[in-house]
Amino acid sequence: MGRTLLSGNEAVARGAWEAGAVVGVGYPGTPSTETLQRFARHPGVYAEWAPNEKVALEVAAGVSLAGRRSLVAMKHVGLNVAADPLFTLAYTGVRGGLVILVADDPGMHSSQNEQDSHNYAAFARVPILDPSDSQEALEFTREAYEISENYDVPVLIRSTVRVSHTKSLVEEGPLPHLEPQPAYVTEPSKWVMMPAMAKLRRIDLDRRMVELRQFAEETALNRIEMRDTSVGIVCAGACYLHVREALPDASVFKLGMPFPLPAAGLAKFASSVDKLYVIEEADDFLTRSVRSLGITVETMPMPTVGELSPGAIRLAFGCSAPVTREADFSLPPRPPLMCPGCPHRPVFYSLRKARAVVTGDIGCYTLGALKPLAAMDSCVDMGASIGMAHGVELAGGTAERPVVAVIGDSTFAHSGITSLMNTVYNGGGGTIAILDNRITAMTGHQGNPMNGITLQERRSHEVDLVGLVKALGVNRLQVVDPHDFAACERVFAEETATDELSVIIFRAPCALLLKEKDDPYAVDEDACTKCGVCIKLGCPAISKDEHTSRAVIDTAICVGCGQCVQVCRFDAIVHTGPACDFKGADLS
Amino acid sequence: MTVTTVMLCGVGGQGTIMAADLLAKVAAAAGLDVKLSEVHGMSQRGGSVDTVVRFGDEVFSPVTDPGMVDHLVGFELIEAMRRVHYVKPEGRLLVNPQAIRPLPVLTGELPTPHGLAAILADEGAIFIDADELACEVGSPKSANVVLMGALSLGLPFAEESWREVIASRVPAHTIESNLRAFELGRRACREGECAL
Repeated sequence: MGRTLLSGNEAVARGAWEAGAVVGVGYPGTPSTETLQRFARHPGVYAEWAPNEKVALEVAAGVSLAGRRSLVAMKHVGLNVAADPLFTLAYTGVRGGLVILVADDPGMHSSQNEQDSHNYAAFARVPILDPSDSQEALEFTREAYEISENYDVPVLIRSTVRVSHTKSLVEEGPLPHLEPQPAYVTEPSKWVMMPAMAKLRRIDLDRRMVELRQFAEETALNRIEMRDTSVGIVCAGACYLHVREALPDASVFKLGMPFPLPAAGLAKFASSVDKLYVIEEADDFLTRSVRSLGITVETMPMPTVGELSPGAIRLAFGCSAPVTREADFSLPPRPPLMCPGCPHRPVFYSLRKARAVVTGDIGCYTLGALKPLAAMDSCVDMGASIGMAHGVELAGGTAERPVVAVIGDSTFAHSGITSLMNTVYNGGGGTIAILDNRITAMTGHQGNPMNGITLQERRSHEVDLVGLVKALGVNRLQVVDPHDFAACERVFAEETATDELSVIIFRAPCALLLKEKDDPYAVDEDACTKCGVCIKLGCPAISKDEHTSRAVIDTAICVGCGQCVQVCRFDAIVHTGPACDFKGADLS
Repeated sequence: MTVTTVMLCGVGGQGTIMAADLLAKVAAAAGLDVKLSEVHGMSQRGGSVDTVVRFGDEVFSPVTDPGMVDHLVGFELIEAMRRVHYVKPEGRLLVNPQAIRPLPVLTGELPTPHGLAAILADEGAIFIDADELACEVGSPKSANVVLMGALSLGLPFAEESWREVIASRVPAHTIESNLRAFELGRRACREGECAL
């Protein structure tokens, strides 16, 4: 069989399918998203996006209870949300194999923090497997189902950006052989975790951990590579690849299963090398774990935050840095930005004008925090905007400045509904803007309950957002077209003036959902007064001419949304006709 | 074969990931080990992006470090400049001379960086006007394939293998224009190298 180029995420999906997983559930989040999207395309499987990771894991727990194998996929912060069922599922154990892919983001390429999910494995007492590349991602996932069922426990697969989003060659395994679904057995002592039963399962979990520690000593997931014995390195995941690249002569204990650890194997390895080091990213979980076994680990001046690279390891071990080119030049940064025609732009423009204190949330609209809009005061976690706005109000508000919570449609479905219920229940006020762009945009356009688009395009139901907000007890509610600046400004002026709680739904589809572009606009040079108001929109199609200071519209990327036309007080932005071809900027 | 490291850099949405995919498939078809590392998510919204492809007999790390890149393909002038220190002193630089100004420059908050092309020329860059060549074949979106045409000249893979991978990877109605884009990139690179 030939080898296929697969990303780590795709390989996990393939491994789960080969292992006979029949259900996949998750919530999109970089760098995990493609796992479920790929799994959904395999024949004979059912896959769905859940509104959040907790629901996803609970659905999978049901699949397990009914005796089938399932795959759950999420990013690292998603596991915080799913932690509640995870800890108790360690007690209940499984019937059908239950495997959870958790994709960490050391270096925070697309996340609000960098947490090491190994800690969850130790905390909840569930095994965790760390593949280094796509071949291992496939094989470890298959193996994870065996471990899950043999040891009666959910299993975490921990990946990082450099595993999830690295493509490498994979030898795919055979197609799955599905056994018929086993007859259902009622077993409350295993599945009903009220204190009397949970106490017994707690003891049983420790028994299972003893067996898993024995398994850790024997499994081929962990591997010793003896080379020069002066340096021995313990590592896992992508770090193993950086270590092999940086220190090709070092002996290595490659941990395929970083929890529970093979204590005897590690002790033997430590005694066969002169000095033992642990190399890991963004946390010291492995270092602490190995030390807790009574093994001496040398201290190494490695970066303690962010991603590692072979160069960082070479440097720490005293190798000289390679010769680099001297060319030095001060370059402007290139932050990500809202697309031309983005419906979020007028909302933030209006919030800035209203001098609002904005508690923000997680999604494309978090870009509203960046200049020139710069209209967001906080971004913490999924759903935080609404609770934090309530908190600001409880603290006595913000002298003369209105408080507005801003949250996207998918994020509202994920974690905003309970927060809004809390504000209503406790008689809170304030203004909540739900930016309903009809899609989960930042992670690449996934469906969600608010648009009724499902992962495998089954018939579905679109949540009645207006009806939902009303049912929670919100009396002041308006639906506004965010492309209409006057309406945005008016609604913020009205709603922030009242003490009553109000919700504004700004509804317009993500600019990237629109297949047809309108004709682009251009600037009438004679009419432009160089006032710079249109520049403050932060639209990448509009720039300030370096020499004349007039506004210029790049007709190749202008989508003709007309937002800038509305803010120009001199009628200087006009229609010209169809777009021309791309011409880049002249920097000569 | 020792490991070769290629870095493709540009602005989110320019097609660096698709181009890297072509290169990785060509290397795999030649029987080599290959790793392709990319970053999704926030940076794709018009941010600065890079993709690394490494191939050889056995590739370990999917990432690279300053001073370790054999071929840098800059899809955009400022982003090429941002990563020039990654290229080995004897490494190769292929640069699309078109610039896409980042937002702080568009808004006038930061000055336009002038003179980048001259600095990159001093560093030995070969300029391939990929956007113009792509327009020439009637497919502005195939600028990334033009650049792969230029890159292909310095790599040990048969032209036919590139053509097969392109034909299998792009939408059927764009195969002809993409193959033509690849050819124009190769030709432009050959001319650029002669001019050096």
